[in-house]
Amino acid sequence: MAGYAARRIRNNIMMGLSILASVVGLFFLFVILATLLYKGLTAITPQMFTESTPPPGEDGGLINAIFGSVVMTVVAIAVATPVGILAGTYLAEYSRGHWLGEAAKFVNDILLSAPSIIIGLFVYTVLVVPFGHFSAWSGAAALGLIALPVINRTTQDMLGLVPGALREAAAALGTPQWKTMLAVIYRAARSGILTGVLLAIARVTGETAPLLFTALNNQFFSWNLSQPMANLPVVIFQFATSPYDDWQRLAWGGALLITATILVLNIVARWVAGAKSSL
Amino acid sequence: MAAMATAGDVTALAQAKARNAVLQDRFFRLLTLACATLVVVLLVGVMISLIVGAWPAINRFGAGFLVTSSWNPPKELFGALPPIYGTIVTSIIAMVIGIPVSFGIAIFLTELCPSWLRRPIGIAIELLAGIPSIIYGLWGFFFLAPFLQKAVQPALINSLGKVPGLGLLFGGPAYGIGLFTAGIILAIMVLPFITSISRDVFATVPTLLRESAYGMGMTTWEVARSIVIPYTRVGLVGGVMLGLGRALGETMAVTFVIGNSHRISASLLAPATTISASIANEFTEATSELYSSSLIALGLILFVITFIVLAVAKWLLVRAAVK
Repeated sequence: MAGYAARRIRNNIMMGLSILASVVGLFFLFVILATLLYKGLTAITPQMFTESTPPPGEDGGLINAIFGSVVMTVVAIAVATPVGILAGTYLAEYSRGHWLGEAAKFVNDILLSAPSIIIGLFVYTVLVVPFGHFSAWSGAAALGLIALPVINRTTQDMLGLVPGALREAAAALGTPQWKTMLAVIYRAARSGILTGVLLAIARVTGETAPLLFTALNNQFFSWNLSQPMANLPVVIFQFATSPYDDWQRLAWGGALLITATILVLNIVARWVAGAKSSL
Repeated sequence: MAAMATAGDVTALAQAKARNAVLQDRFFRLLTLACATLVVVLLVGVMISLIVGAWPAINRFGAGFLVTSSWNPPKELFGALPPIYGTIVTSIIAMVIGIPVSFGIAIFLTELCPSWLRRPIGIAIELLAGIPSIIYGLWGFFFLAPFLQKAVQPALINSLGKVPGLGLLFGGPAYGIGLFTAGIILAIMVLPFITSISRDVFATVPTLLRESAYGMGMTTWEVARSIVIPYTRVGLVGGVMLGLGRALGETMAVTFVIGNSHRISASLLAPATTISASIANEFTEATSELYSSSLIALGLILFVITFIVLAVAKWLLVRAAVK
């Protein structure tokens, strides 16, 4: 037992380092949020929600970018949600053990972590080049392709949690399988699936890289989805890297807005998921 | 007679209903199959579109594209070596810093942390994963880079920079932006991914194993090092690979702080570029066909690298889960 003291010291050092690591991790979260609040709060004014992005040196807001982001996110999620849920349904319910199902699960998990800029390049070559111009439709398509694997994966996981007895009970009553899915299984898994959709929205909200060469940007407020449309992430990128103070200030305001939205979505998603597990 | 007819009608009706149900089931099944297949088609489509888009560059430069370091749009000379170098070096820096810190947090959360604190810290770390990359970029550009330039890099240059050999990595002026700063930002970004997977696989260690080790008088560190980490190593490597996949493909955070310079410098403190940063910075400005094709070729390289890394990660994590 000669080494006991040495072992204890060694243990204390390593555990100290592990606590330090946790402090460092939390420190960065804190510092980033503090910076955002500090720089962003002064930039958030009523004007930000009423006026469009200004030329340098003039007053303005971000309403065109906020509107563009919301529109593209809504379109993306509206398409990705049903497709993702149905795909997840096949992979969780119908493809047990089948090689195609395993392959599709594998591919989906790859897409889940694939660099989003690659998705942007893909959409650029299939939707921007053929039509000859950037458009909000292509931006929404890129965002949809990023949301799809998230929703697909959560649906798989959540359907896997629904007890088999529910399916058997429905089958014993002579319910067709599709009706069982819609009326029983989706209902049992709905809070989990909703969590997936919320997380997908959170994921899509901050995506910048795929929008750079799909939706591009627009100085003006636009309803036209066939034309380039302003969106928060690209405006933040453009304004932050500009030399103008007022543009940089708007970038911080937008950044705070996006981060707050995402954090709220994350917390709500957690709450929705948690509400289920406590049932 | 009438009663018989009614019974027959009922049977016919039931049969029709059953046939309908079978048809509806088949339709629903096909619909879900179509959606599931779409995901696979999508990945294949991404691959094909990248190859088609990159074809002019592949045709022109061939395999030499991978090892050429010139990047000269006016002369139409493009080489992928500097972005590949930048991508790999920033990811290595991120892993060197990120892995020990992530494992430290995971050990803290599973072995040390009082249970009431476990959930809030876990959530906080996961919130860090939710912050979009552009915010990291913004923060890195306005705060981390100036801070490193003023406080950290001069110290590195004056200490490690003086060491023969190693000094090459820490030479030159302190730019603030560059490989080193990008690597640190990436380390912060991969932290939550590696941490949450490590924590999850640490939790799979059987209580019996852990308790036996403690019962033999092992310290917490010894349990972590000799029991928990060896038991979970496959899953840990999977988590690290997943983090690496993120780091390799990360775009906006890096674009802000990398400096976008297509030059390979020995110093880690010098501006550089990565594959994703080059694409993000230059794609909309690429006027000639060969220029944009070269950028798409960079995208193809990135796609292949991340595909391999993520596939290995997935394979390891599945193996760890099976065990």
